[in-house]
Amino acid sequence: MTEVILFGLFAAVALAGAVVMLTARNPVYSAMGLLVVMLSMSVFYVMLNAHFVAAVQLLVYAGAVMTLFLFVIMMIGVDTKEDNAETIPFQRWITFVVAGGLAAVIILAGRQAWITGSEAFGTPDLNGTIENVADSLFGNWTIAFLSTVFLLTIAALGTIALALFGPTAVGSAETEEGA
Amino acid sequence: MTVTVAWYMVFAAVLFSMGAAGVLLRRNALVMFMSIELMLNSVNLTFVAAGSEMGLIEGQVAALFVMVVAAAEVTVGLAILVAVFRRRSTANVDALSELKG
Repeated sequence: MTEVILFGLFAAVALAGAVVMLTARNPVYSAMGLLVVMLSMSVFYVMLNAHFVAAVQLLVYAGAVMTLFLFVIMMIGVDTKEDNAETIPFQRWITFVVAGGLAAVIILAGRQAWITGSEAFGTPDLNGTIENVADSLFGNWTIAFLSTVFLLTIAALGTIALALFGPTAVGSAETEEGA
Repeated sequence: MTVTVAWYMVFAAVLFSMGAAGVLLRRNALVMFMSIELMLNSVNLTFVAAGSEMGLIEGQVAALFVMVVAAAEVTVGLAILVAVFRRRSTANVDALSELKG
């Protein structure tokens, strides 16, 4: 019963956070809404016995990614008003229809191929400790893990390249030409 | 009444659709990025819920991989956004329509 109460409470909190993220005019409020969603996600992970994923969710998403978002928001400026004039006619209604249809299709398709109860698999007790996750990560999935290292290195190099040889150099060259 | 995996699936589907609506609805590129993060998060929840239902640790491993890719995507995406902002002084995607046919 406590599980049901916890699920209902944090599902409501997460949905409220998502609504705030979608509707807030100020990007800082959007970031706070997303932060609320991510914190309740880690509660769900704990309820699913995925302790290590919950910890990583807090460290990586609520910690690093949101900090990065807030840095960029502050850099770009919080005062910039979002222009809500619709360039595509009926964009808002089309969006609602598309998103609602997407949710309906996912849920209906899921009902067709629903995963049926853990007794079919006979192993309900799964404990996502660091040890169990690491056994799988460094045992079966070593190559995939190593390729994420390459991915992160390349992403970091690309970011540095964008910052160093970015458009400011080109832009200043253009203004010099213009002058 | 207990929480079954179906509850998590429905909840994740609703969150995913809200993220998709955010990408379609908002003009601020930053908020569009946040919506993409929301979609990635909801898929992570699906992975972990299905993995715990089937008794496979691979669901959690897949969620970790998604997190790594999301971190790389955010880094590069925000760098591109800052580069665009330094050149055009706007983060509004409607203002960046020079390539429009």
